[in-house]
Amino acid sequence: MDAEQMDGEQIEDIEIRLLLEALFRRYHYDFRNYAQASLKRRLRQARDQMGLPTFSALQDRLLRDPATVSRLLDFLTVQVSELFRDPAYFRAIREKVVPHLRTYPSLKVWIAGCSSGEELYSFVILFREEGLEERTLFYATDINQDALDAAARGIYPLDRIRTFTENHQFSGGKSSLSDYYSTAYGHAAFDKSLRERVVFSDHSLVTDAVFAEMHLISCRNVMIYFDRGLQDRAVGLFRGSLARKGFLGLGAKESLRFSQYAGSFGEFVREEKIYQRRDP
Amino acid sequence: MTRPRAVVIGASAGAVQALSRLLPILPGDYPLPVLVVVHVPPGRRNVLASLFAAKCNLEVREPDDKEPIAPGTILFAPPDYHMLVETDRTVSLSVEGPVQFSRPSIDVLFESAADAYGSGLVGAVLTGANHDGAEGLRALFEAGGTALVEDPASAAYPVMPRAALAFVPGAESVPLDALAKRLLDLAG
Ligand SMILES: C[S@@+](CC[C@H](N)C(=O)[O-])C[C@H]1O[C@@H](n2cnc3c(N)ncnc32)[C@H](O)[C@@H]1O
Repeated sequence: MDAEQMDGEQIEDIEIRLLLEALFRRYHYDFRNYAQASLKRRLRQARDQMGLPTFSALQDRLLRDPATVSRLLDFLTVQVSELFRDPAYFRAIREKVVPHLRTYPSLKVWIAGCSSGEELYSFVILFREEGLEERTLFYATDINQDALDAAARGIYPLDRIRTFTENHQFSGGKSSLSDYYSTAYGHAAFDKSLRERVVFSDHSLVTDAVFAEMHLISCRNVMIYFDRGLQDRAVGLFRGSLARKGFLGLGAKESLRFSQYAGSFGEFVREEKIYQRRDP
Repeated sequence: MTRPRAVVIGASAGAVQALSRLLPILPGDYPLPVLVVVHVPPGRRNVLASLFAAKCNLEVREPDDKEPIAPGTILFAPPDYHMLVETDRTVSLSVEGPVQFSRPSIDVLFESAADAYGSGLVGAVLTGANHDGAEGLRALFEAGGTALVEDPASAAYPVMPRAALAFVPGAESVPLDALAKRLLDLAG
């Protein structure tokens, strides 16, 4: 192709590559192999909201002003979550996975990409209801520090509680959600006892390694932001982190079908995307 | 212009009736993939896909993330997810915030598909009572794709087609009953 023919779209693609490279080299956040389509959309939003004309201008600011990183991260990572999101998933955990977990004297559970904590609290509450909390250690990890801080606070706007409560009921909840939070100033603050057995930590599925042996890993709506190669890396990490016959739960529309490691897992609850590690 | 390689369709209020007069007419050997966004409330999965699977000659599914886009398949965006197309012709899903108050959003599908297919894309905005799809159709049109809009005169809810035509004056306005034939002709 003739150099003059290159259209704006292609120039933008070059700029995006360079911007992600700059972010990685300067700050070690690696978004280079995230799924492009939605990343591009969010980068355009970032550029427009920061009032910059081009991605090159955004790159320039990013390299020289570290304060831009956390702003950019808020666009690059998608922080959408709910307590007991997809209640049928949690019902399947409760009815099908918990009976297996009961046979272990101690348990480790990893919520990978925990965002602001909604999924974590769902698991802790479920484990408390099922009498497993005391023998369990929960790891809640994410790359977004603001999200991790929010998770460790466990405070959510009151107008979200209605959905949370309905979801909890549909998940087969055995208690009342209101047992776990107190309200003040338009917010619901989840009880700190729920965090007693939780380790929060900054961990990237892209650049970090295995850190403990897990009985259950729940990683929902995180890998949809990765391209296929990166998904393979993350699934490989999960395989390496799971105990024999450990469980891996994914988001409602995620599947191991397209993964290089498909053969390492069996479908445990097919409709809810809950898998079990197969022995090699 | 390159030969079309995919069709994207967006519909909102009145979608089920309109799509019922369109998708079942496509023959079993229709050569293009058809990606559809309908505004549906979050919640139950696979409702539209199973409804249309029963009526259509083509395979109908709600895709999983990273599913390859195969010819002769109709893919419905899952409720509560945006559906996007990657340049390697696989589907990506996202739970990021609503666009035009909608998740899934027609704009999001159309814009990403325009990036992936360029001039090889056909897009149609059908009945609806909001403005989703107008910007997406413009992106598609600017990338050289074929922009179709359900004739507002025949649409159950003309607001969305009208908004699309206002945004993309170069789009063809096609009565619903002529749309299937148009999609067949375009597939060549
Ligand atoms: C849409 S949220 C999912 C929240 C929750 N798991 C759920 O399903 O409700 C995606 C989360 O993945 C995190 N994330 C993105 N890239 C990551 C990475 N490389 N490693 C770990 N977490 C990541 C984001 O910061 C964000 O909190």
